[in-house]
Amino acid sequence: MTLEVPERSLTALLGPSGGGKSTLLRVIAGLETPDTGTVEIDGEDLTGVPVRKRGIGFCFQHYAPFRHLTVRRNVAFGLEVRRLGKAEVRAKVDELLDLVKLTAFADRYPSQLSGGQRQRMALARALAIEPRVLLLDEPFGALDAQVRKQLRGWLRDLHSKINVTTVLVTHDQEEAMEVADRLAIINDGRLEQVGAPAHIYDHPANEFVLQFLGPATELDGAWVRPHDLVLHRGPKAPGGRRATVERVTHLGFEVRVDLRLPAGGDVWVQLHRGSAAELHLAPGDQVWVSPSGTGTARVPVPPASPRAVG
Amino acid sequence: MKKRRANWPRLSLRAGALGYLALLIVVPVGSVFYRAFQHGAAAAWDAITTTDALHALVLTLVVAGIAVPLDTVFGVGVALILARHRFPGAWLLDALVDIPLALSPVVVGLALVLVYGHTGWFGNWLAARGVTVIFSVPGIVMASAVVALPYVVREVLPVLQEIGTEQEQAARTLGAGRVAVFRRITLPSIQRGLAYGMTLTTARVLGEFGAVAIVSGAILGRTQTLTLFISSSIENLDPVGAYTGSVILALIALAVLGLLALTSPRERRSRWPSRSPGSPSASAPLSPSTA
Repeated sequence: MTLEVPERSLTALLGPSGGGKSTLLRVIAGLETPDTGTVEIDGEDLTGVPVRKRGIGFCFQHYAPFRHLTVRRNVAFGLEVRRLGKAEVRAKVDELLDLVKLTAFADRYPSQLSGGQRQRMALARALAIEPRVLLLDEPFGALDAQVRKQLRGWLRDLHSKINVTTVLVTHDQEEAMEVADRLAIINDGRLEQVGAPAHIYDHPANEFVLQFLGPATELDGAWVRPHDLVLHRGPKAPGGRRATVERVTHLGFEVRVDLRLPAGGDVWVQLHRGSAAELHLAPGDQVWVSPSGTGTARVPVPPASPRAVG
Repeated sequence: MKKRRANWPRLSLRAGALGYLALLIVVPVGSVFYRAFQHGAAAAWDAITTTDALHALVLTLVVAGIAVPLDTVFGVGVALILARHRFPGAWLLDALVDIPLALSPVVVGLALVLVYGHTGWFGNWLAARGVTVIFSVPGIVMASAVVALPYVVREVLPVLQEIGTEQEQAARTLGAGRVAVFRRITLPSIQRGLAYGMTLTTARVLGEFGAVAIVSGAILGRTQTLTLFISSSIENLDPVGAYTGSVILALIALAVLGLLALTSPRERRSRWPSRSPGSPSASAPLSPSTA
């Protein structure tokens, strides 16, 4: 596979666990050696260059804090190894601690920090060496849901502030779409599709990408997004198909309607609660289902494909 | 502090444990101290300032001074190999390290004599080049190093396995070379285990008797360590010498333990929680750091 990451972009490697995303990230960092292929940054071949000379900032999934060093010394590590002057190190570390809002925690040990604070410390430590590329392995994977949401926005802001080319690995499509400006969908060691999040969502290259990025349901031999389908009481739209309501589930602002087609086969539709209320749906009702026309994500179902409806 | 009411089972458990310790350690060791100074400090001083006693003390310190660093370097090396590399035969190396623990020191001594004695395989070769191992200081160092070999490995290996390699990898991405990674990350991380392993090694080397007795020949004033000196004092009906030698050994051991207590970062240790770097504690939510 070939993957190009544009300068200053924030690219997410997205895919199911065990698909090779983290391995790819570690190969870029030089922590693992590729069997074949090359790693280049700015056109410079780095494949044989040892990790410490690559100038790459790497944040581990569990942050790998140096447990015997304070936050300040953790952040200073890369600078101390480079034998910079004390005053210079101090100034730089102060600046970084301010950037990640850990100034008040400078003299604590990593074990005295919360998960989110450790994460920010690891980021500051990686940024200290002014890396050419910043690599983040599942940056929010080890955090609880609320902290994760906060940090996503924070990371976005940080990236626009410091503008370092960043690659992050995640298996959470929502997280990838929120944080990254480019997605690379990786499955089973293969690169499935690369592009802007909205574009990939609307124009998935294949069945896998469509299903991985969002909900999917099968209608007329193609996978479509269930929110791209509309229901009618009468046969208004051309191409509408007759179906029986099996079940209506209220999920907050959205309503999920499971349908059975007369020819056999199930379809489900995501409706806004307003439109659902207008239809007065009840199990057993006859309705017409058709593509809304605005939805563009549509991938033919390959013959004999396994049913996997997200 | 909340006052807890001690109940009978707990009290008797404590009394039992303390009584056991007293019977096996405190009383016997205390009586050695008592006997050493029974006839006054002057007699004790005379007993340990004889040439032979002083020589034994110096030899013991010299042997420890060589054997302990040897075992430390070897132990850390083997622990690193076992923790960081997978190779066929690793289990064999792992098992070999434990042999000195399982084997009687007397057997260790005998084995060394067989190999390094005049008639032994290497001994012959070495003797032809003017190097005497058995009945000489190199043999004593060797025997001491062998019997004390497992301690550093066994203390350091689990620590290395527990800390994993991520911190070292992180250090490498930050620009640290092999030496810097070892010195700045690995060594501080294993510091406590290493200190404890070295303490055990030192204690074992100071107190070793069986293996040393066989390889040294216990030549008075030449190859007699403190333990051998004590033993021969008993045989020569010189109890004061034996008691005083024992007191010196005990004092050195105490000094080593004191050194361990001084060097181990006690306060910071208590701050290290069990390893769960990933899970944030629920009680410490992300807070605006300037608060």
